[in-house]
Amino acid sequence: MQQFLNVTLTGLGQGAVYAAFALALVLIWRSTRIVNFAQGAMAMFTTYLALTVIEGGQSYWVGLAVALVAGLVLGAVVERLVIRPVEGGPELNAVIVTLGLFVALQALAAILFGSTFRSFPAPFDLRGFSVGGINVAFTANSIYTIGAVVVVMVALVALFRFTDLGLKMRAAAFSQEVSRLLGVPVGRMLTLGWALAAVVGSLSGLLIAGGSLVFPAYMDAVIVYGFVAAVLGGLDSPGGAVVGGLTIGLLLSYVSGYLGSELVALAALAILVAVLLVRPQGLFARTAARRV
Amino acid sequence: MSELASPSSAVRTGTLEIRSLTTAYGPVTALDAVDITAERGKVTAVLGANGAGKSTLLRTISGLVRPEAGQVLLDGTDLTRAPAEAIARAGIAHVPEGRGVITELTVEENLRLGALLGSSRRRAGSMPQSDRAGRSLAQVYEMFPPLAERRRRDAHVLSGGERQMLVIGRALLSGPDVLLLDEPSLGLAPRIVAQIFGLLRDLVDSDGVTVLLVEQNARSALSIADVGIVLNLGRVVARDSAAALAADDGLRHAYLGF
Repeated sequence: MQQFLNVTLTGLGQGAVYAAFALALVLIWRSTRIVNFAQGAMAMFTTYLALTVIEGGQSYWVGLAVALVAGLVLGAVVERLVIRPVEGGPELNAVIVTLGLFVALQALAAILFGSTFRSFPAPFDLRGFSVGGINVAFTANSIYTIGAVVVVMVALVALFRFTDLGLKMRAAAFSQEVSRLLGVPVGRMLTLGWALAAVVGSLSGLLIAGGSLVFPAYMDAVIVYGFVAAVLGGLDSPGGAVVGGLTIGLLLSYVSGYLGSELVALAALAILVAVLLVRPQGLFARTAARRV
Repeated sequence: MSELASPSSAVRTGTLEIRSLTTAYGPVTALDAVDITAERGKVTAVLGANGAGKSTLLRTISGLVRPEAGQVLLDGTDLTRAPAEAIARAGIAHVPEGRGVITELTVEENLRLGALLGSSRRRAGSMPQSDRAGRSLAQVYEMFPPLAERRRRDAHVLSGGERQMLVIGRALLSGPDVLLLDEPSLGLAPRIVAQIFGLLRDLVDSDGVTVLLVEQNARSALSIADVGIVLNLGRVVARDSAAALAADDGLRHAYLGF
């Protein structure tokens, strides 16, 4: 029972991060139909920036702010300079470009920040709470992780559901031509979409790094699991990304806790294949109705 | 942008002038030196068969397609090379055929997009204050009761006629000077067509909007139009008052098929 509890709580913490990462993928997919393979590398890069700031003597929170702002700028710049020129061409072009960006950013990070393992501080205690004399694998830091993801989700939902800007962004994502006829500056909305996605991605990079080690490839596993989570939820559905992220986090945690951690990657692959076979549009997608 | 939105001192009449507009898709010339003037408070119907260049005409005016040559002027302001979103803000509302509804959004969200354009036009001072200050959401719901009933539903539940109401209502919310309507009768039952056309005529008479109506359904279009223009293979082949066109048997048989 104690192990089950521990494994579940660990899974929830991990799942929250995967959910944030999957959400970043979904935000970009929904508006531009591009799977951003560079998302992890971008998050890694902004996390390194935060680490540089923190090692320079600033607090974790200054580092967090730097990472999020850097993510915002990086996302906008990438959309304007790298993605915009290949948009409208064959879909594969944009995918190859994001893959190229992924490699380039990783190489650049290795040059700028070195390729050694560096430890990243956690803002809160990493020791588990003690409940009735039993130590559970739930730390103040995991509460922070989950809380941060929840805050971001709520903020995004509020933005998209209740603001004029969010409405314009959704309109631009669903129908560029009609949106332009209604005076919506579609290009600017797409840039903003990439920027917001990169902020969410940066947050996930930072949360994964907290209390752990960073190196230029540390996000690679998260990319894979975040991608599985996004596919599981349906690439079109932000809500699906969150549920998918939590599900993947829990499942992988159970696999790691009960079957052995060497099977985690294999399990992720199995889930991906199963989803694609049984329900390729994901659990929450509405695309089926649209493809008619 | 702002010089587009508010021509310095010109009196706003909502006159749309198209001068020798030529548009080509690669080697295919879809519009060939087309001249059309649509006047305020009048319905100008552009008629012609499939492939006559009717939709291309509207898409070129609204900035979705770049012309090879020619000019589009709204009250003397040249909008020819402006991006579509700037043209929309300048007061030309293009109501695309059928697919103009964003089906993933609710009915009300679709309408809100039109209202947002309206309020940004009002802020920019490019909307006429007095007579055509733009309809309110409540007025649009009053005009189209089926939309009010389904306001919280996703727009994909709407029928063809209701979708047409939605795109027209959405355009009205932006308080346009010029309405470009692309085949509003397409795929609708005759009774609904009559209803929508009647409503358009009333709007033009009450609000003084300029309407450029593109239609295959020549008979219905001419019944509400003031001026008729016949396009054939991208060229204007006839131009007359709507009544005269409807009475011209030879022309009707040759180009309009009724």
